[in-house]
Amino acid sequence: MAAQGTLTPSDYIAHHLTNLTVKVGEGGFWTLNLDTIIMSWVLGLVGLGGIWLVAKGATAEVPGRLQSFIEMFFEFVDNTVRDVFPGSRAFLGPLAITIFTWVFMMNLMDLIPIDWVATVSHGLGAPAWKAVPSTDLNTTFAMSFSIFFLIIFFSFKAKGAGGFVHELFTAPFGSNPLLWIPNLALNIIELLAKPVSLGMRLFGNMYAGELIFMLLGLLGTIASFTVGGLLAGGASAVLTWGWAVFHILIILLQAFIFMVLSVVYIAMAHEHH
Amino acid sequence: MNINATLFVQALSFAFLIWFAVKFIWPPLTRAIEERNKRIADGLAAAEKGKAALVEAERKGEASMKEARDRASGVLTESEKRGTQIVDEARQAAKAEADRIVAGAREQIAAEVAKARTELREQVARLAVAGAEKILQREVDARAHTEMLSKLKAEL
Repeated sequence: MAAQGTLTPSDYIAHHLTNLTVKVGEGGFWTLNLDTIIMSWVLGLVGLGGIWLVAKGATAEVPGRLQSFIEMFFEFVDNTVRDVFPGSRAFLGPLAITIFTWVFMMNLMDLIPIDWVATVSHGLGAPAWKAVPSTDLNTTFAMSFSIFFLIIFFSFKAKGAGGFVHELFTAPFGSNPLLWIPNLALNIIELLAKPVSLGMRLFGNMYAGELIFMLLGLLGTIASFTVGGLLAGGASAVLTWGWAVFHILIILLQAFIFMVLSVVYIAMAHEHH
Repeated sequence: MNINATLFVQALSFAFLIWFAVKFIWPPLTRAIEERNKRIADGLAAAEKGKAALVEAERKGEASMKEARDRASGVLTESEKRGTQIVDEARQAAKAEADRIVAGAREQIAAEVAKARTELREQVARLAVAGAEKILQREVDARAHTEMLSKLKAEL
């Protein structure tokens, strides 16, 4: 980016935070973030498709390295779900695998240097391209509110409509009619806090991580063959590398947290108060 | 970072991916791992059974070895006894045979002695008659003196 002399720091940051959008209707709401959608589709297909390619050929014979790796991942997820939820894992298991794989793949894009992405997208003629779908609130909220509807669905399934409504009014304080309103208010807050916190946590972590990469990249834009310029370039390179290494942990951790919390919330929906 | 219609697209993508995992990823992996677990459990059980069978076979082998040894020593004792018996029988048979032979010989000797004695008696009687003829210078009528000669023979 240093080559384009007219670029100001705020331009640089704003540019990297811009989505490639397409309008599909009237008003600001009816736009699609093409980069987010395409990246998340590709990553979902690569991640889950890759697992599927191994899984469909999986046999009970002595497994090869690839199958062993996939089975280790499978058993890790399976055990995690089993620890939280004692019932059948025929749905929660694949849900957890989907969440972990997809979120991990999307977060992984954060490790691609942002200026490479910009260079390639500019080369292809796209005015803007955000490579990390999980830094888009639409992605994280789409997932967390899907989980929210699953929570509602499983609450109905486990307790029946009457039981669910009954619990909304009588838990956690008690069934005294005077307490119905406080109970309901608290339950609604609790129910809504789950998807909001789930979506905001992933978004916030990835967005903040991305922002730090941008600031370090900005430091790199003033690199030149002067003493100060060399210092800035060196610091940018070293700090970007260090942050990327640390970010590997965050990427995995956030995928894991999203998976575990989703399973915990749905498992809680099965519990009677 | 604005919320827009992308939300719905992403929710549909998420639903599709979950469906895909439920349908195509979870079942084959579960099946493969469960089947392997079963095979391992079966293998361990078979090994346990094999070990028990080995112990049993060793025990059986030991028992039949002991039986064979017992039988062999029984046969040995039996044959020793039988050998002794045979030797005894042979000894007895030989003794009986020897006794028989000795008895036969004795009888023969006794018969020879009796015969010799009879001959001797006759010769003595004849000698006595001849002596008496010489003394009496006349013939002794053997028929007339038969009684006397017989008496003489008996005395000898």
